[in-house]
Amino acid sequence: MNNISRRKLITAGLAATAGASGLAVAGGMARRYGLIPPDHGGIYGVGETLTYAAQRILTRHSLAREFPRSEISKTPFANGAAPKEEAFLRLQHGAFADWRLGVDGMVARPASFSLADLKSYPSRSQITHLACEEGWSYIAEWTGAPLSHILHKVGILPQARYVVYFSIERDWWDSLDMADAWHPQTLVTYGMNGGELPVGHGGPLRLRVPRQLGYKSVKYITRLTVTDDLKRFGQGLGSAAPEGGYAWYAGI
Amino acid sequence: MADSACVPSYAPAVPATAVTARHSALVRVTHWITTLCFIALLVTGAEIVTSHPRFYWGEAGNVLTPPLFKLPIPASRSSVPTGYGYVLRDQNGWSRYLHFQAAWVAVLTGLLYTISILFTGHLRKGLLPAQSDLSWRAFATSIANHLRFKRPSAAEAWSYNVLQRLSYLFVIFVLFPLVIWTGLAMSPAIASAFPSAVTVLGGQQSARTIHFFVSVFLVLFLLVHVLMICLAGFSRRMRAMITGRAVTPMERT
Repeated sequence: MNNISRRKLITAGLAATAGASGLAVAGGMARRYGLIPPDHGGIYGVGETLTYAAQRILTRHSLAREFPRSEISKTPFANGAAPKEEAFLRLQHGAFADWRLGVDGMVARPASFSLADLKSYPSRSQITHLACEEGWSYIAEWTGAPLSHILHKVGILPQARYVVYFSIERDWWDSLDMADAWHPQTLVTYGMNGGELPVGHGGPLRLRVPRQLGYKSVKYITRLTVTDDLKRFGQGLGSAAPEGGYAWYAGI
Repeated sequence: MADSACVPSYAPAVPATAVTARHSALVRVTHWITTLCFIALLVTGAEIVTSHPRFYWGEAGNVLTPPLFKLPIPASRSSVPTGYGYVLRDQNGWSRYLHFQAAWVAVLTGLLYTISILFTGHLRKGLLPAQSDLSWRAFATSIANHLRFKRPSAAEAWSYNVLQRLSYLFVIFVLFPLVIWTGLAMSPAIASAFPSAVTVLGGQQSARTIHFFVSVFLVLFLLVHVLMICLAGFSRRMRAMITGRAVTPMERT
């Protein structure tokens, strides 16, 4: 009996060591390949990390489905009211002629773009699905400048890992990893269904991220910051969403 | 050997019971992990549904679209017209975090279970019905016994009858895969990588509606499962699933 229990003990010890070192190696690899989300702490961190890592392995380059014109929803639902901020109302009064999108952080040439600048760049129109985390959705045609074009223009530094974006609405900001930032369907959007982007849907400027749920598509964006570290923003969880209890990665 | 607690007090000193191995450790551990995940998924799933208790068919749907049907419950969002004069608290954040975490644990546990029952022979011996049981007569007998609430024979304490086998197989190989598939089909990122997994279901709103109905079927299964355990002897069945041993009265010879 003594022999068997000693053998069991050794086997269990070896298995535990192998398991622990396996986890350590997996953790190191995950960090190296950027598979760990900024909100990986806390009791839901394991599930969140598994989800984000699996998505980055499976969906790094996949394209969101695009639909035929006939699928465009007749009744797109504009969630939430227009901003009541003084700054927004002033710009709205001037038909958004003075709206600017500032780009700073880890870029070679910080810049500030007007709506006219953005509209002069090569545009992309795509008919995609916008799904809210609550369960409802609609399909619309979105027109804008690919974020990748803006990033090329300002020349982002090689150590950049995230693009943080801010709404004119206080306390609404979010961030994308470089896979989504460079993604061809990530649009700095100024048009919807052939017209201007309505205020209810985020006009004059909304960052549309069609491979993630609606709350990742922040409305009324005024500033982009390129960074290698999300700890410096807010509570360090990557966006306002985890501060309100919602996941940073919204691809599911 | 036999736990005296399960033996009536007037029983002789040596009770006429037999202790047989019933459930393997793997079946017991995966059963209880799945139970915990199931409860977590059910509670959080219900919380998520209250933020939009309306269902649609096709790709898209929202409060401005006529629904396929509505649940007669209040919502946790003021934007949803429910007819109730109040709005529930928003529970979506932690519900979504926990829903996906529990889903990961459930799926990994399910994979471990499925792979192991292929190798241990549990699938063949414990779950697949015997050829002789796949007849209308065998079905009729089994259904009649259930309808008469006939207590199971001693043999059924260590093996499943044909109806149990078919229901477990249906849950393991039809409902569980379907609920995972329809859940994943709601993810915009998964839809981008595997578009046909969504279009085959009829669209993302269809996937959500099917996900809801499969969950309802799983809850029905759970209710019948627990009812059957109560009818067949709750403490004995629970003991078998916890300790792995079944204590059965000896058959009179």
